[in-house]
Amino acid sequence: MSLSRTSTVIKPNKGLLDYKINELWRYRDLLILFIKRDILTVYKQTILGPLWYIIQPALTTLMFTFVFGKMANISTDGLPHVLFYLLGITFWSYFADCLNKTSNTFVLNQAIFGKVYFPRAIVPASTVISALAKLLVQLLLFLGVWAYYLNEGVINPNWQIIFLTPLVILFFGGISLGFGMLFSSLTTKYKDLSFLLAFGVQLWMYVSPVIYPMSSIPNKYLLLIKWNPIAPLLEVLRYGFLGRGTFDLSMFAYSGFFSFLILALGYCVFTKVEQNFMDTV
Amino acid sequence: MRDYALTTKKLSKQYRLGLIGTGSLGDDLKRAWAKIRGKEDPFKLIGDSNDRTSKGNSNYVWALKDINLEVFKGEVLGIIGKNGAGKSTLLKILSRITSPSYGEVSYEGRIGSLLEVGTGFHPELTGRENIFLNGAILGMSKREVSEKLNEIIEFAGIQKYINTPVKRYSSGMIVRLGFAVAAHLEPEILIVDEVLAVGDIEFQKKCLGKMKDISRGDGRTILFVSHNLGAISTLCDRVAYLKDGELVCVGETQKVISQYLESESSRGEMYFDVDKSKIASIASIRTLNNQNCCVCDFDVSEGIDIEVEYEVQEDVRGIVLALILENDAGPLFYTFNNEAEAPIFNHQAGRYRSCYKVPKLLLKPGKYYLTLNLGMPGELLEGLSNIISFDVLEGSVDPTNLGWRRDRPGTIIHQGVWKNGRI
Repeated sequence: MSLSRTSTVIKPNKGLLDYKINELWRYRDLLILFIKRDILTVYKQTILGPLWYIIQPALTTLMFTFVFGKMANISTDGLPHVLFYLLGITFWSYFADCLNKTSNTFVLNQAIFGKVYFPRAIVPASTVISALAKLLVQLLLFLGVWAYYLNEGVINPNWQIIFLTPLVILFFGGISLGFGMLFSSLTTKYKDLSFLLAFGVQLWMYVSPVIYPMSSIPNKYLLLIKWNPIAPLLEVLRYGFLGRGTFDLSMFAYSGFFSFLILALGYCVFTKVEQNFMDTV
Repeated sequence: MRDYALTTKKLSKQYRLGLIGTGSLGDDLKRAWAKIRGKEDPFKLIGDSNDRTSKGNSNYVWALKDINLEVFKGEVLGIIGKNGAGKSTLLKILSRITSPSYGEVSYEGRIGSLLEVGTGFHPELTGRENIFLNGAILGMSKREVSEKLNEIIEFAGIQKYINTPVKRYSSGMIVRLGFAVAAHLEPEILIVDEVLAVGDIEFQKKCLGKMKDISRGDGRTILFVSHNLGAISTLCDRVAYLKDGELVCVGETQKVISQYLESESSRGEMYFDVDKSKIASIASIRTLNNQNCCVCDFDVSEGIDIEVEYEVQEDVRGIVLALILENDAGPLFYTFNNEAEAPIFNHQAGRYRSCYKVPKLLLKPGKYYLTLNLGMPGELLEGLSNIISFDVLEGSVDPTNLGWRRDRPGTIIHQGVWKNGRI
């Protein structure tokens, strides 16, 4: 077996532009193994196993239907409550899970990061990718409920928009990974931020159209919600699957652009911090 | 001239003492400002050497300062130094866990570090799955691991358990599996940090043997950090000696070990400030001769009393003092003070004195070092390596025809009795 004879130089404070993308590629096997590990080990030694993936959104949807739909009477654009909430919860929980998990990458993995070197970005990336398994299972639940209502003829999907779903998931993943890497980098030195993030994610849900449609927002607040890169993504899904909502290509492009930008920024800061975080964490 | 496997140039690492808070933000800003104006880092010039006994003036301390080290291809370089000398910091920089503050390291090929074995093992995964995971963490590709899978399993000696989750393994099996994966990593440069302290004797021998194979057979380079001077002297071609973050010397193994022992241990007596925050701590150690005088040179025909005083802060059970006697070749024996005729099992707060008597005509002429450990079951309270040294001299005994002369083989003087006669 021959090893690549590359010379390496370890120096202090590499510039912000040292992305180490090659190295990420060299460690692709590790990424795959981490993803496998994350998926395989979550529900080991539980009786219901992956069924938990379905129980979580199902119960939350029932609760939302009861609290927001029946008691608070918040509009769902005339769509069936269950379907409306299930769609929002499925995708929002993917986003929130990824963000919460990736945002303390350094603190959680201190033990292993302190012992061996590998590109640290592998860890949050694997978190975001392995969370797709859960999303997929939950999506199946949603599709089941969706097919039922489709059969009843209550909804009119915009079929061509549905094909944008993979792109929407990509943007969700990008935004959560970007923010997650940014926060995990900053929390190594200033721990205050982890408190901010914990309830920040909760508040974020209320400024995103998860439990209400964009159309129910008064005009004077609309601009505020529009800056939220998550809003157009949820609206696109709703427009596609449920046939109601707004589809604005420029807003959708904004989300995509934002996702790319925050991912690049997060990765930059992350690779900068990973060199010395053991000294401050 | 031989090729270098790894070189460091003025490698330095600076740490900030105290808490990270608003002060650090201020210093960060000063640094950034200096960088913007194109000036040198204002904190590069300050900082104390890492001598922890004296309180420095500055908030910054050099964990490593200006280390210029050249490691040849295919050699085993030992790194020695007391706790806090900068060994771990050096290894952390070499294995890229943290980056240097100044200076640089350059090397060819891959560095594999064994700072801890079994890093990243997941308890729920089976042995086989963990081999792949751990291998990938250490930088191996899936193909490489597959090729060596059988070898790894065989080396670890856990064929029977390979499909069992690792959480069911004994701690020894986990260590063996971890070392087996790391040993088959085959990097150009392997960094080993005291992992050999764990595992049973048989496995330790296997590890040392494997390390020798790696360096001699395959021409790979090993950096080996250990407090076990015996292992260092049998394994290493050269040794680097670190003290307070600076490189004191690099060179031939025996020479450097002797220099290390000589300069790190004091003679005859040693007193310490008692640490009141610990349950118990060592106050003093002295070596006394038959006349109860504190000396550091003994005659072979003279017994040696090693007297240790320690202070206990609260009523506690099970405090034990352990003594290790070593010479340049490694430890000679290890003994606990609860082996005494009247051991103390329950300590009340107060000061205690323990004395160990080394009988006369046991130690060959030469230089000896003492290591002291104070501990409780499962916990080391204080460990002082090679804290004090003394010499045993040939002295008044006529050494002619004696088997224990310095230049004869053997480690100790043995007083077994010969019986001779014509048959």
